[in-house]
Amino acid sequence: ESKLAKPMIPNTKCLFINNEWQDAVSKKSFPTINPATGEVICLVAEADKADVDKAVKAARDAFRFGSPWRRMDASDRGLLLNRLADAIERDSAYLAELETLDNGKPYAVSYSVDVPMVVKCLRYYAGWADKWEGKTIPIDGDFFCYTRHEPIGVCGQIIPWNFPLLMQAWKLGPALATGNTVVMKVAEQTPLTALYVASLIKEVGFPPGVVNILPGMGPTAGSAIASHMDVDKVAFTGSTEVGHLIQQASGASNLKKVTLELGGKSPNIIMSDANMADAVEQSHFALFFNQGQCCCAGSRTYVQDTIYDEFMERSVQRAKNRVVGDPFNLKTEQGPQVDEEQFKKIIGYISSGKREGAKLMCGGGVAADRGYFIEPTIFGDVQDSMTIAREEIFGPVMQILKFKTVEEVIDRANDTKYGLAAAIFTKDIDKAHYISNGLRAGTVWINCYDVFGAQAPFGGYKYSGNGRELGEYGLDNYTEVKTVTIKVPQKNS
Amino acid sequence: MPVIGVESIQSAGAPSACTVGKQTNMSSQPENGQYHMDLNLDHGDTESRQTIPMPIPDLEVQYTKIFIDNEWHESCSGRKMQVHNPATGDLLCEVEEADTEDVDKAVWSARAAFQLGSPWRCMDASDRGQLLTRLADLVERDRLQLATLEALDSGKVFLMAYFVDLLATIKTLRYYGGWADKIQGKTIPLSKFLCMSLFLDGEYFTYTRHEPIGVCGQIIPWNFPVMMFAWKIAPALCCGNTIIIKPAEQTPLTALHMAHLIKEAGFPPGVVNVLPGYGPTAGSAIAHHMDIDKIAFTGSTAVGKLIQQAAGESNLKRVTLELGGKNPNIVFADCDLEYAVEQAHSGLFFNQGQCCLAGSRVFVEDSIYEEFVRRSAEKARNKVLGNPLVPGVDQGPQIDQKQFDKILELIESGKREGATLECGGGPWDQRSLFIQPTVFSNVTDNMRIAKEEIFGPVQQIMRFYSVKEVIQRANTTHYGLAAGVFTNDIDKALTVSSALQAGTVWVNCYNAMSSQCPFGGFKMSGNGRELGEYALQEYTEVKAVTIKISQKNS
Repeated sequence: ESKLAKPMIPNTKCLFINNEWQDAVSKKSFPTINPATGEVICLVAEADKADVDKAVKAARDAFRFGSPWRRMDASDRGLLLNRLADAIERDSAYLAELETLDNGKPYAVSYSVDVPMVVKCLRYYAGWADKWEGKTIPIDGDFFCYTRHEPIGVCGQIIPWNFPLLMQAWKLGPALATGNTVVMKVAEQTPLTALYVASLIKEVGFPPGVVNILPGMGPTAGSAIASHMDVDKVAFTGSTEVGHLIQQASGASNLKKVTLELGGKSPNIIMSDANMADAVEQSHFALFFNQGQCCCAGSRTYVQDTIYDEFMERSVQRAKNRVVGDPFNLKTEQGPQVDEEQFKKIIGYISSGKREGAKLMCGGGVAADRGYFIEPTIFGDVQDSMTIAREEIFGPVMQILKFKTVEEVIDRANDTKYGLAAAIFTKDIDKAHYISNGLRAGTVWINCYDVFGAQAPFGGYKYSGNGRELGEYGLDNYTEVKTVTIKVPQKNS
Repeated sequence: MPVIGVESIQSAGAPSACTVGKQTNMSSQPENGQYHMDLNLDHGDTESRQTIPMPIPDLEVQYTKIFIDNEWHESCSGRKMQVHNPATGDLLCEVEEADTEDVDKAVWSARAAFQLGSPWRCMDASDRGQLLTRLADLVERDRLQLATLEALDSGKVFLMAYFVDLLATIKTLRYYGGWADKIQGKTIPLSKFLCMSLFLDGEYFTYTRHEPIGVCGQIIPWNFPVMMFAWKIAPALCCGNTIIIKPAEQTPLTALHMAHLIKEAGFPPGVVNVLPGYGPTAGSAIAHHMDIDKIAFTGSTAVGKLIQQAAGESNLKRVTLELGGKNPNIVFADCDLEYAVEQAHSGLFFNQGQCCLAGSRVFVEDSIYEEFVRRSAEKARNKVLGNPLVPGVDQGPQIDQKQFDKILELIESGKREGATLECGGGPWDQRSLFIQPTVFSNVTDNMRIAKEEIFGPVQQIMRFYSVKEVIQRANTTHYGLAAGVFTNDIDKALTVSSALQAGTVWVNCYNAMSSQCPFGGFKMSGNGRELGEYALQEYTEVKAVTIKISQKNS
């Protein structure tokens, strides 16, 4: 049950537009559910196209030439982001509880992983605000040439439910550091923490219209953002399926810039010379972290044949020891899946694994009589052609596959439409470099998994996305480069 | 010349804060308009009335010892030095005087803090940044105290200390707080030309690490004591170095207060050590030390030469220098005259003329020369001298007797060599260190006042006729720190700014400094750059790591 002293139950007037709380134009609302119990937490206003239009107008006004936001010193934009980080740090216990209530992830994780990473991400981009430098360029002829790094303008941002706070920070940090304005749609499953952060955005002093936050559904509010003629850029994190729609909507409307961070089926390669205990624990973490609801989950664990049996045995033991239950219990490692739809989809994949001949080593069923809990599940003898080896399950279901040689495993690891992340466990420096160079993935971890830093870029090859988030690279996706060339009477070096 | 409050210096801090509108606030400080460090820093209630900060009355000096290993030490020699208020000559306090032995202790401490595996070396870069950000917050908290201390110790106008020096200090710390985890090495696609082994047909993976240099000695001047402290420590710490810093003997007090805040912010012991002392003793010990990896010095060109020699004689420590200037400020006839007069005036008289970047050679185009001189002299005559703690005062005393005497001697040389004295020209009050705002016209390039750095409130105005001529004359100096150009003509602006041999060129502005923008000198004005991303280079060693791999692919 919730330990929240004063759970934030927003009234339905909770669209955040122009630094004000507004009701939906349609007056519609939708329930947000506690996935640990299946109970309604509260009703939330449901944004649709008319609300998106209002938010875009506010964001456009805030972005107009000469506005307070445009005229603000870059260092002061950074200071605002730092202040936002400070406010989130101040309220971190509350935000962590709210996140757990709405999303189902263990409180111990919300508090010690999600919220601190949010704070660090915002501080990181706060620092960039006045360091995002253009260049002066020695062009041929009697000219003086320089570049300005200008914000793109009004950015639509659509974020998922698996890391609601963190995804919000990943999106806001670079967009605001570079001076854009934002219309953000948060996932309908998990709108609450984003709305609380909206109140902090106002509190720390961002000008009205710079950030607008709308809870709503993808096909309505999300689609309105992606198709909007006055949104200059859209950034989306979510499924590859919806990623296709976003890119099409951009093409069908105003060619807005698109960045996508989509699905994965990430290979995790265990060589026979790896430290066994580390590899087992990290591979367990790589898949089961966040109830398996990670786009970068290590969902194809390739294990070299000579250690396969031992690895399997230890992995099964580890999965059986995983503590599933009340996310507010500090001992809990795994909470519920986010909603009934995901829950049913994962159960379906488990059935397909059994049907297609994979060997169920543990788990495979429902873990509680209410809420959306699923047992930690491991399949052995998984073949590359099976559905569970090809599709993103987004749940606590681990696939272990056997391989013999380096060349073979590189080929098989790359035989997927996805290319988000990958990992290698080996003590051999040559293998480590050779395989990491050979993998078609935006992130490769060596002897570790899920190591994220605000400083390091993240994003996908192939169908896993477009562009990079985090790091200095993340700034590129929020910047237009303007080349200014001035005729001069005489050039000198 | 108006006179305010000289007789009441001791009680000047007494009045409680008075409230005025923001505009009044700004217009009461005629010089800060051109400072990039804007006054609109208080976000939020812009429409509400603002309070003019007032100095803290009867401020007690809290920190007077040597700061080593996060603790306060007495000097090994037992010696102390006296610190005076230059506005009154009164003794403010005595401060422990560091010498060679104390430097050795501090180096030992800084070296220990820099050991491989130490808390400081193992700290996440983002946490180093966070410590600097926290230090900025603490400076902001103690801003009034620090500004008061700065005004008492250096004689600078309190409101300038508050709005310029302290704001710049806070912003610089925050700026470098942000850099700490953004100092990125590269991975480099090595070509095969150096596969020198005939036996191994190898391929390579190369990356660079940007590592801190190590123990850095830093010696700072008295003209912007706390701001120079921040300029020095912020980039050094953000790159992960450890520090021995010697503030000037005239103005150690704010540096010692900063030492206290550094400890409070949570920097590990030994990371920053603050040693008040004299140049020929403590400063020389730092410059010659065999276990200091880098030295950064801001001060006179004469001492800069000694520092570079000391590095050469000892361990070839890396050297950055920020030295003197005799900066040209070029005013074309097509400029906004009143604005140019105003900017040239503050470009010279700011901080009692005690700026390395002072625009001390004002070149004015022939057709506006007389009018420019007339208005400049009038501006100088209207300058308000007095107790630097009192609002409305524009100019305080010079820092000490030695500077005072030197300035008066140069003024006499100007008169003797035939420059026209338009106003000022002598001490303002026989008992103190104040000097009248002085303007010379008809100055020619060969006069001493046109060649030597005066470092006082003495403005030289020269006449010029053509672009080519003024470029050539502006560059005829062994200095190359800063320069200004006033013109509305884009071609002239770009031509002249390209041609000037100076590390900073301001167009239609002067003294527009900010943490993001590099600053440093051509020629004998220095070596290396401070501020901006460029400063990080001065505090990092680049290590290239090359790994043999089995097969390279793009």
